[in-house]
Formats: sequence, C-alpha cells, structure tokens
Amino acid sequence: MEDTSLSVKIESRGGSTILSPCGDVDMSRAPSFREHVRVAQQGKPERLVIDMGEVEYMDSSGLATLVEAMRNAKGQGIELVLCCLNPKVLAVFEIARLHQLFRIVPTVADAEGTA
Amino acid sequence: MDEKPHIRIELRSDPCYLAGVRQLIAGIAQRIGFDESSCSQVALAVDEALANVIRHGYCRACDRPIWISLWPSAETEEQGAGLRIEIEDEARHVDEAELCGRELDDPKPGGLGLHIIREVMDEVAYEKRKPRGMRLRMVKFAEKPTADDVSALSGE
Repeated sequence: MEDTSLSVKIESRGGSTILSPCGDVDMSRAPSFREHVRVAQQGKPERLVIDMGEVEYMDSSGLATLVEAMRNAKGQGIELVLCCLNPKVLAVFEIARLHQLFRIVPTVADAEGTA
Repeated sequence: MDEKPHIRIELRSDPCYLAGVRQLIAGIAQRIGFDESSCSQVALAVDEALANVIRHGYCRACDRPIWISLWPSAETEEQGAGLRIEIEDEARHVDEAELCGRELDDPKPGGLGLHIIREVMDEVAYEKRKPRGMRLRMVKFAEKPTADDVSALSGE
C-alpha cells in the first residue's frame, strides 16, 4: 500500500521558512502537504517559500491546499512565494487560472530576495 | 457505446491508486500519438474525475468499484488521433452543479476538478448509469501535425 505521507524538507533562514515537498501532490498526499503548510504558517515567518522543484505532479487537491495557504498567509501577514515549478505543475496553475494569484519565481534565491 | 473498449480496468476507490492510473493513461496517450503536454492533460483529467468519484460519489469510502474504459481512435482527415475515456461508478447520483463548486475567477480552495476536466478535454458529458451510479464520457484529440511539422520531420 502506498505511503500517503509526503516527504517535506523544512529549513529556516533569515526571515524565511522554506518548505520543499518531494513527490506527487494529489488527493492521497494533499492532506499531508496541507498539514506541513499549516504548521509552517503557525510559526509566523515573514516569508514562507514553497520550493516545488521536487514536485513532479500536482492536481486540484494540491492547488486547493495552496489557495488556502495563500488566504491564511494574507490574514497573518506572511508573504507566500512559490518557486522552481516544473512546466507540468505550472501548467496546472494556468489551466485553473491561478498563476496570477500567487507570486511564482524561478529559484529559491529569487523567492528569498537574495538573487 | 456499442464497441467493446480496448482497455477496461476496475479499481477500488482508494486515492493511493491514482498515481498508477495516471501513469497508465499517460503511457497509452503517448503510444497513440499525443504530445507530452496532451498526455499530461489527459492523465490530469482522469485523476480529477477519479478524485471526484471518490470524494463526492463515494464520500471517500476506499473500497468501492470504479471502472475505466478506453477507446483509442485513429487519425482521420478531419482530426488527429483520439482517446475516448469512460469512468463509471456505483455511487450516488451527483449533479454537475455539486461538482462545479465555483467559477475559475473565484479564487478559493476546492471546486476545481470539473473545471480542469472541461478545460483540458475536447468533449465531456456526465450521465446517470443504470441500474445505479454515474458515467463520465471524455474525449481528447491529438493535434494534427501541420505541413511544416511534416516537412521538418522528413528533413525537407
């Protein structure tokens, strides 16, 4: 049976918390992703960077998690930035017309403002 | 549909099988001539359709049946190769309005699945299945190569 937990690396540096999920974010793994994002937001960082470089696939369950995260971030004064999206994942944002809702940048350094 | 499907699989309504189904669908789409982007789109549409069945039809029960049937079609003069997909279940009848949680211009979580399916597939139709359940019919056509594409491939 497949493990439904999503591997997520968490780093904090400067005022940023960087979440790096690894694997597909679909209906089976979105709850695990949502919990990691929720815990990261509870820490109230200035900036929450979600590095999607190791996410090969994401469906509307993952999108819904990120839309919820964006709403919570706005309410908490946290800057939410997405980076390193592969073309397939970016295409899902565009199909759902959500790419303009988020700040999406090419690299982690861009997201941290150090590029 | 009078012709027997080329492929028909039955799976349990467990989200852990979504990844395997996506790989299967993308692989078949690639073999019949879809480009990489279209393969991803068809796999996404099937993933979203199965998630809707599990979430809304079976209320997340993981042990109920879902059937996926596939009918590839050859390229014609009018259009590229096609892939017709039917997804059937024995779940309660779900109105499309229940699946269409929101408009795409309304940025809030959830309600995106059917919108995504309609965006990426060329034909989409829901109907009630007898004696019970729902049937989703979807069709996607590959883009026909242009004269320039053919010339480039032949090195002319």
